[in-house]
Amino acid sequence: MTVTSIRKDPAALSMTITTEFDSPIGRVWQLWENPRQLERWWGPPTYPATVVDHDLTPGGKVSYFMTGPDGGQSRGYWRVLAVDAPYRLDFENGFADDDGSPNPNMPVMVIQVVLTDRPDGGTRMAIETTFPSPDAMTQILSMGIEEGMTLAVSQIDGIL
Amino acid sequence: MRTLQGEQSVSVLARSYPMSFAAVQKHVAVLERAGLVTKRRRGREQLVQGNVLTLRSVLGLLEQFEAMWRSRIERIDEILAEESDEGDTK
Repeated sequence: MTVTSIRKDPAALSMTITTEFDSPIGRVWQLWENPRQLERWWGPPTYPATVVDHDLTPGGKVSYFMTGPDGGQSRGYWRVLAVDAPYRLDFENGFADDDGSPNPNMPVMVIQVVLTDRPDGGTRMAIETTFPSPDAMTQILSMGIEEGMTLAVSQIDGIL
Repeated sequence: MRTLQGEQSVSVLARSYPMSFAAVQKHVAVLERAGLVTKRRRGREQLVQGNVLTLRSVLGLLEQFEAMWRSRIERIDEILAEESDEGDTK
């Protein structure tokens, strides 16, 4: 496990996870920039993601669907807020309707990715996720449990 | 998080932190929007009370998002490890 720190800020409704990789920054950036790479890790193996649109420019859209074991699909999108390759990517992440358009009734989280060069040639990646309200967090989690993105509480207890 | 022990007035809070009244008031407004504190007026005073339940549940919710990102990072590690097995890509 390469995760080196987790910072949870309940007052700001945000969480930052920091990870260290031995790979150079250009390689780590590819995980976000290359849609074929992104779909290998964004969704869990039981609910893999397929990326449809992938425009990493400010105002650009990334759209994807995730396919469950029963063939059911759920759609999501990113709206890109800021990009500075290979150092920074800010985007909104929300749920989409069946036609791929953002679902205005579902909450949107803001994700900020910061990549930093390490002197030894490796890369530090910090990902901050911010939520609009506690209710939104609950709503996103219940969708996430359906998609196998997050574990049901009983499963978490099993691990701990 | 003094407000978890009981109601505190905003002016008392401002005196006990190195912050101006306005800064504390702003901070309280953010916490109030997040449902982490509740505020009521008593005469000219504004009283703030921490919401222990919401604070706990927000931490619990953040823990679940942590688990989601941890599993994503495990998958990223696997992708990067595959390549170093195939030969040094640096």
